[in-house]
Amino acid sequence: MRQFILRYLIPRFLQFLTIIFVGITVTFIIPRLSPTDPVEAQVSMMMARGESLDPQSVASMRAALTDMYGLSGSPIEQYFAFWGRLFRGDLGPSLANFPAPVSGMIGQAMPYTLSLLIPAVLISWVFGNLFGTWSSYYPKNKILSVVEVLGQAVRPIPYYIVAMVLLVVFAFFIPILPFSGAYDIGTRPSWTLDFILTYLQHSILPAATLILVGFGGWFIGMKSLTSNIISEDYVVYAETTGMKESKILSQYIMRNALLPQITGLAMSLGTVFSGALIMEVVFGFPGIGALTMAAVFRNDYSMIMGIAIYSIIGVAIAVFLMDLIYPLFDPRVRYQ
Amino acid sequence: MLKVIRDLLKYDGRFRIAFIFLIAVVVMIFLSFVSPYDPGKSFVVAMDAPPSLKHIFGTDSRGIDIFWWMTFAVRNSLVMGMITALISRVLAIFVGLIAGYRGGWLDRVLMSINDSFVVLPLLPILILLGFLLRDQMNLFLLGVILGFFGWPYDARLIRSQVLSLKERSFTRTAVYSGTNGFWITFNEHLPFVLPIVFATTINNLLWSIGMEVTLSVLGLSDLTTPSIGTALFWANQHGALVAGNWWWIAAPTLVAIVLFLGLYLLFASINEYIDPRTRLRLIGG
Repeated sequence: MRQFILRYLIPRFLQFLTIIFVGITVTFIIPRLSPTDPVEAQVSMMMARGESLDPQSVASMRAALTDMYGLSGSPIEQYFAFWGRLFRGDLGPSLANFPAPVSGMIGQAMPYTLSLLIPAVLISWVFGNLFGTWSSYYPKNKILSVVEVLGQAVRPIPYYIVAMVLLVVFAFFIPILPFSGAYDIGTRPSWTLDFILTYLQHSILPAATLILVGFGGWFIGMKSLTSNIISEDYVVYAETTGMKESKILSQYIMRNALLPQITGLAMSLGTVFSGALIMEVVFGFPGIGALTMAAVFRNDYSMIMGIAIYSIIGVAIAVFLMDLIYPLFDPRVRYQ
Repeated sequence: MLKVIRDLLKYDGRFRIAFIFLIAVVVMIFLSFVSPYDPGKSFVVAMDAPPSLKHIFGTDSRGIDIFWWMTFAVRNSLVMGMITALISRVLAIFVGLIAGYRGGWLDRVLMSINDSFVVLPLLPILILLGFLLRDQMNLFLLGVILGFFGWPYDARLIRSQVLSLKERSFTRTAVYSGTNGFWITFNEHLPFVLPIVFATTINNLLWSIGMEVTLSVLGLSDLTTPSIGTALFWANQHGALVAGNWWWIAAPTLVAIVLFLGLYLLFASINEYIDPRTRLRLIGG
């Protein structure tokens, strides 16, 4: 157990801290490298909106904004102040929806994104692995070859375009699924059966986008991982004993190829999360992606900053959780 | 080179499709140099005309011929992707070779940072960056920025290659004969790594052009320059679907799918070709 903590848990925890450190440092540096001063940009935007402001209030607004962006003091002081505010969970108010706090608005949007993202990622991972294994075990199967070609054809296309095509086909040309949103206009989110059914109906297309784009990668990965295993001696032996095929597939072949795929799942979370953001924009799904879109169009700097920070922390935590459950699948880590 | 292409055309179906698609893309790029319209000028043709012989992809609500505009868009998107690929290649080779050859604490630090970049959700970070640089943003700058974020996957790949090359006898011979470590990595190991670098370049291009599409539809790039992303942005901005101008959305989507599939299939095919075992299996050897 001590070995396990020293050799496995502590390095993983350090990596978790590094991800957050690198991510937060990058988001700290970016605004300071940019030639536009966010304070001046914000002030000139307010002026351009035609609000008549006397010089004194402009000056006080400038001071307030400088304080809010954490731009007072030397860069080192700013950096520590930045971390201090993060630890207090204080990311300031949204500029477009003043004075609603950024954290609260992100907290409201997060359940929509997660309720779509988690099942979609799991479904594409499970199906990709299953079909990948079948495809290398039954190389002559016609249906599996068709699935492979389709999966590989969707894989390189950006999320935005896949979402767009699905939307046009299933909501525009063949209008069987709703056009946008997570529920019908006029209904209020609640825990009733009716609402859950509309919600499910609205999330078919967004989920399908994430599943279709992810599927091909897991499929081809599993296929190449299992392609060596199917000719191993122990598989041939299992076949000659007349063991059930389903048992050979699950216990002998998939079991041995699963570990890299689990690591791969953890590595891909950031990309999938990014994809979910842009997919939400297409479908008008009221999650973090839609919030980002609104923030960009309404010049809400503090909201964009907040979303970037929360995404980094969220993905880092998800990766760390996956590291924690990894020993359940890998006995070598468990019995080290 | 020609022989390789001939062999691949003969034995690899994916390469055949990639070849056809990429020829189409290259033809479009060449056509952009003889375009009858200036991409910066609008209202030069009739508005909202559906696809016809005169306007293959139709015209949009700004009075622009979509086909000729897309020829510029493909060219610009590809050039931007190549800028990204070039910068991220240099970074990946540098980090990968050094981490692999030096090993020890330097390797651990570099790979720790590397893995953080792999895992980080880049889109929110790029949106933040694009938002702040909105007024200065152009395709060249976007290419450079993406280049600084696009290296970690390949750095790890190159590192793992160098780790195995390091154990080969020629490395030991070089070390014992007094060659310095830097020279060994760049002169002896780099040639082994280059085929992989080439194959993953295509993947990097795909990633970069895809990111451009994503950022542009959010309005976070130079919207006056034609690119696949800005084509979609303007179509959305004018509500092309609501107005029934489906061809305005369909044209960039089709061009993007041809470009992405062409590049991806080329990547898959080359990747297999580099590995001699799969190459033998392909020709039935």
